Amino acid sequence: MQNETLLEVSNLKTHFGSDTGFVTAVDGISFHVEEGEILGVVGESGCGKSVTAESILRLHDEKFNTMYEGEIKYKGENLLKLPLSKMENIRGNEISMIFQDPMSSLNPVYTIGNQITEALLLHQDISKKEAHNKAIELLELVGIPSPEKRITEYPHELSGGMQQRVMIAIGLACQPSLLIADEPTTALDVTIQAQILDIMLRLNKELKMGVIFITHDLGVVAEICDRVAVMYLGQIVEEARTIDLFEQPLHPYTSGLLESIPKMDGDRSKKLNVVKGSVPSLDSIPQGCRFASRCPFADELCLKEMPELRPFKDEEGSKVRCWHAEKILNERKKEHVSTD
Amino acid sequence: MLSYIMKRILSAIPVLLVVSIVIFLIIHITPGNPASVILGEEATPEQIAELEESLGLNLPIHQQYFSWIAGVFQGDLGTSYFMKAPVTESIANSIVPTISLAIFAQIIALLIAIPIGVLAANKRGSFADSSMMVFALLGMSIPSFLLALLLVLLFGVQLGWLPVAGFRPLSEGLLIHLQYLILPAISLGAIQAALIARMTRSSILEVLNMNYIKSARAKGVKNFSLILKHAFRNALLPILTVVGQTFGTLITGAVVVETVFNIPGIGQLVINSIERRDFAVIQGVVLFITVLYIFLNLIIDILYGMIDPRVRLDRK
Ligand SMILES: Nc1ncnc2c1ncn2[C@@H]1O[C@H](COP(=O)(O)OP(=O)(O)O)[C@@H](O)[C@H]1O
Ligand SMILES: [Mg+2]
Repeated sequence: MQNETLLEVSNLKTHFGSDTGFVTAVDGISFHVEEGEILGVVGESGCGKSVTAESILRLHDEKFNTMYEGEIKYKGENLLKLPLSKMENIRGNEISMIFQDPMSSLNPVYTIGNQITEALLLHQDISKKEAHNKAIELLELVGIPSPEKRITEYPHELSGGMQQRVMIAIGLACQPSLLIADEPTTALDVTIQAQILDIMLRLNKELKMGVIFITHDLGVVAEICDRVAVMYLGQIVEEARTIDLFEQPLHPYTSGLLESIPKMDGDRSKKLNVVKGSVPSLDSIPQGCRFASRCPFADELCLKEMPELRPFKDEEGSKVRCWHAEKILNERKKEHVSTD
Repeated sequence: MLSYIMKRILSAIPVLLVVSIVIFLIIHITPGNPASVILGEEATPEQIAELEESLGLNLPIHQQYFSWIAGVFQGDLGTSYFMKAPVTESIANSIVPTISLAIFAQIIALLIAIPIGVLAANKRGSFADSSMMVFALLGMSIPSFLLALLLVLLFGVQLGWLPVAGFRPLSEGLLIHLQYLILPAISLGAIQAALIARMTRSSILEVLNMNYIKSARAKGVKNFSLILKHAFRNALLPILTVVGQTFGTLITGAVVVETVFNIPGIGQLVINSIERRDFAVIQGVVLFITVLYIFLNLIIDILYGMIDPRVRLDRK
């Protein structure tokens, strides 16, 4: 991979204030995205995936209850240090975002044409007429039939899948270098899901756009992502190339997630909860390894001290946050040998 | 849309009938014989009976009702025995100042309240926000007659900028019309302004939590247009509901303010008619105000449709 690094996040922390004090929803996250690369971010819900994504665009308002720490370098510039007006130029222009719930992400009182051209007019020096024509092209690009008619319609007149296509059209309007897709297909049914993924993949190839693809569906990750970061309770617990992650998961949490993928012939909408227990809440974060309470391999050390995210010796580019990753891996290999 | 309006008007007829029966009963069951009130203390029973007969008061109550309601459907609300004139005429004469006052109060309330609400929402949690909301709370709790007296003392008596009382019709010129109306309108509109300001603030804050606001921000929309374009129009629906519901109270509230400022409006007409036991006028006014309420609600519904495409009924 000889691509340029597009985004480099270092030790990002996002704190939310409330009446009862601060919670830290994202706690020291580091990762990078290269040009034209698709990075998957997975983890159960409540692990801080959305907050991470929204922090990149600084969508949580710092004037009220949010505090960011660390560094988010985009094309070499630290976004957390930019004045708000510069940030507004980056949003939707350099970096776009698509959200989980298309049904509530479009403003109900404006036509979809209005909402697409708004993005164009904000960032490009074009006339309303040109913006209108471009909006029609964009709708065509994301596979919406008879765009001239659709453009005058209101969000409630479109199906969920169509609304998500509109969101993608808005996201792509200014040809961003980085697209953040936060569970873009979760609210949609399987066939629509496949179509939307298809569009995103095609555009990633054609426009050489970097993508951060957030999902809790590892099946989708296997299909489209180059690299994966696994998140647990506000931290990254494992990072690896997709092939490596699926062949040899390093963190017990990742193994648990992989075992919970439903088989292709099974019912995909059914959630298999193989990782026992649930994510602790942010105001009762354990002292040691955050996963220890649910981990079958946890010992004294795990309960007392939090492991760092460290490079894994045997696998290039892989990182893991576990004291016993090597030991667990060896044991599993032995098991395989003995059962063979 | 047109068929929708027709349907709404037709469905208002049963409501009006029920209201008319209730008004009629309440007025006729309350003690106080109008004939003896009109004739005074010294009237003989024969004189009273004679007058009752000529007013139709000796007939059974349902007959009285039917002859009244039959007239109503022909646009005849009866005749005021005191003023010796059709009730419709008295209403027509006194409604103009009241409507003028109510509309002006409403406009002032909106002009003050909406910017305050928007600003407070934008600066939520700040000192400016809390002081505006304390001010609004004050506005809501001050009685309109007290505010009226204070305003008159300050602007009428002390500073002498504005007339102390009275009314000038629009035909004498807009400026002089408004000059006489401004203090009454402020006294009347203050409570509404406070209500609308608080509603605007909370409604915008609620909308700001919506996903489409987040996605608009992610698009690069600036804070200013985030509030004025994306949040405000959505926040307008609950604001409009408050306006619709309270515009009616402006008309009832006008009774008090009209008395303080000596404005010859519907309030004075009602008070005088109650003193005179002028049944025909009281019934007529209450029925008229009911129609006005229904009409206002219809207008509010039509406005809903204009603001929010999801409520538009004629799109196919
Ligand atoms: N604005 C906020 N204020 C306080 N806590 C928040 C806020 N947004 C998210 N959180 C908390 O941060 C955690 C991570 O949430 P989120 O990023 O939405 O999870 P995910 O997207 O992985 O499902 C959750 O515990 C959530 O309650
Ligand atoms: Mg999420």
